[in-house]
Amino acid sequence: MKPGLIIETRNLSYRFGNQLVLDQVSLNVREGSIYGFLGPNGAGKTTTIKVLLNLLQTEKGKVFLFGKDLNKNRIEILSGIGSLIEQPAIYSHLSGKENLLNRALLLHVNTTRVNEMLDLVNLTEHANKKAGKYSLGMKQRLGIALALLHDPKLLILDEPTNGLDPNGIIEIRQLIRKLVEERGKTIFISSHLLSEVEKMVTHIGIINRGKLLFQGTIEELHNVSKKHLEIQTNDLVRSRELLCKNGYQAEILSDTILIPYLSEKHSAEINSLLVKYDHKVYSLTVSKQNLENLFLSITQI
Amino acid sequence: MLGFLLSIQSEFYKTRKTLAFLSAILLPLILCILITAGFYTHADKIMFLSAKMQWFRFTGAFLGVMGSLILPILIIFQTFSINNIEHRAEMWKSLFSLPIHKWSIYSAKYVYVVFLNALCLALFASFIIVSGYLLNVLNPELKFNQFDISGILFKLHLKLFLASMGILSIQFLFSLLWADFLKPMGIGFVLTIFGIITANLGWKYAFTIPYTHPMLALQSMMKQVLNNKNEQMEFDLMSQEIYVSLIVAVLTFAIGYFVINKRSIR
Repeated sequence: MKPGLIIETRNLSYRFGNQLVLDQVSLNVREGSIYGFLGPNGAGKTTTIKVLLNLLQTEKGKVFLFGKDLNKNRIEILSGIGSLIEQPAIYSHLSGKENLLNRALLLHVNTTRVNEMLDLVNLTEHANKKAGKYSLGMKQRLGIALALLHDPKLLILDEPTNGLDPNGIIEIRQLIRKLVEERGKTIFISSHLLSEVEKMVTHIGIINRGKLLFQGTIEELHNVSKKHLEIQTNDLVRSRELLCKNGYQAEILSDTILIPYLSEKHSAEINSLLVKYDHKVYSLTVSKQNLENLFLSITQI
Repeated sequence: MLGFLLSIQSEFYKTRKTLAFLSAILLPLILCILITAGFYTHADKIMFLSAKMQWFRFTGAFLGVMGSLILPILIIFQTFSINNIEHRAEMWKSLFSLPIHKWSIYSAKYVYVVFLNALCLALFASFIIVSGYLLNVLNPELKFNQFDISGILFKLHLKLFLASMGILSIQFLFSLLWADFLKPMGIGFVLTIFGIITANLGWKYAFTIPYTHPMLALQSMMKQVLNNKNEQMEFDLMSQEIYVSLIVAVLTFAIGYFVINKRSIR
C-alpha cells in the first residue's frame, strides 16, 4: 500500500459472463483529492464503484481502501465511505427528513446530524415534503446528504450530475468543493463528461472498455495534450493541398488548418512555404488540444 | 446484534405508514367487523345453540376462509410489500454498501415479516374474542359470555402461525429475488390454489406442500376435537404439517441468506 492513498486497486479485473468489464485497473486515489473518474457510458465506471463498495466480488486483483484489504475488512472500510450509486436510493413514501432519520437510526448516528445535513445540502425548507415529489436535483442532494450522514472520510459519487440542469450541476459542484475545502473529505466522482468535472477535480482517471487509459493530475493531462499549429489563410483548401504535397499532415478544421506542432523552426518553414506560393497567411498560432477533445481522443482509442 | 436490532427498528420506521404494516391490523379488523355484523343480523340462527357451539360457529366463520385462502394470500402480500419497498427505491445497493453485516439486514427483514404475521394472527384471535363479547352485549340472548374460548383460540392461532412459516419463508425468498409483482404473487397464488385442492382431496403427501399447511393444521385440529370423547376442545399444537412447515422455514431461510451473501448487486 502506497502512503497517502485512500483508494488503491491492483490489477482489478471483472467479468460479466464472457464480457471483460474491467481489465487490470490500478487506481490510485490520494487522500484529500477530488478524483474525477471519467469514461463514456459502459466504460466500466459503475462496475469499478460497485467493486469498491464490495457490491461486486472481485475475481482478479486486490482492492485496498484506507490501507486495508476490502475483502477482509468490509464493515470497517464501509464505515468510512459514503456513496451515491447511479440514481439516489430514496424511499419515496417518506419525507426527505424521514429518509435521513431512518438512515440515522440504521447507522446509529445522532439525529442532530439530520438537520445539519439538510442544511448542508439546502433542503431544510423541503425537509417535510415527500421525497417522491422532489425534483431530480433535490433527490441527488438528498442522496449526498444520506451518504454524508455518518461523516465518512471518503465520498464515492457515481454520475451525481446525470440528468441535472445547469443550475443543478453548479449546485452539486459547489457542494463538492465545500465538502473538500471545509470538511476535508476525499471525493471520488464518476462522470461521462469531462466538462462537468474538469473545473472541480484535482486528479483524473480515464477509463474506456474496462482499461484505465490515463491517471494523473489535471496538469499532467494537459501535458499529454499534443500541440498544434493553427493556420488561417485566404484559401484554406489550396493551402492544405500545398502543405500536403510538401509532406505535412495538414487538415482543415472549421476555418483553420491544423498541423501537428514540432518546433519554432518547423513553423517558420511552413510560413515561408505558404508565402513563397502567394498564399496570404492571416495567422499562425500554436495551440493545445482542449481537454474535452483530448478526452474524446483518448476514449476513442 | 446491534446492527440486527437497528435494522428491525428501521424496518418498522419505514413501513409504519405503508399497507405492508397496516394490512396486519386492518385485515383482522375489517374481517371481524364484517363477520360480526353478519352474526348480529342473523343471531336467531345460532341462538338455540350451546355457548360452546356458538363460539364454534363464530370462530369457524373466520377460520374457514383464513386457513385456506386469506392467510396464505396475506403472507404473500406482506412478504412482497416488505421487500418491494427496497426494490422500488433501488435500495439494495445502498443498503449493502452500508457498514452493516448482510446477515443483520437479511435476518431483520425476515424477523419483521414473521412479526407482522404473528401480530396479524394475534389480532385475529383478540378481535374474535372481543367481537364475541360485543355480540353478547348487543344481543343478551346470545351465550358467548358463558364460555371462555380465549386459551383455545390463541393456541389455534399459534398453530396457524407455525403452519404458515413455510409459506412465509418461501414467499420471502421469492420476493427478495424478484422485483416485479407478478412472479412472487403469481407463483404464490398458483401454489396456494394447488395446496387447497390437494388438501381438500386428502392426498396423502399433501403435507409436503407448505401451502397446504394452514389448511391441514385446521383439519387435524378439527379431527382431534371431534374425536375427543370427553367433548373437550383439546388438540395438539405440534402435528406433522407443523414440523414440516418449520423445517421448510429453516431451510429456506438458510438458502435465502446464502443467495444474498453470494449475490452480486448489479
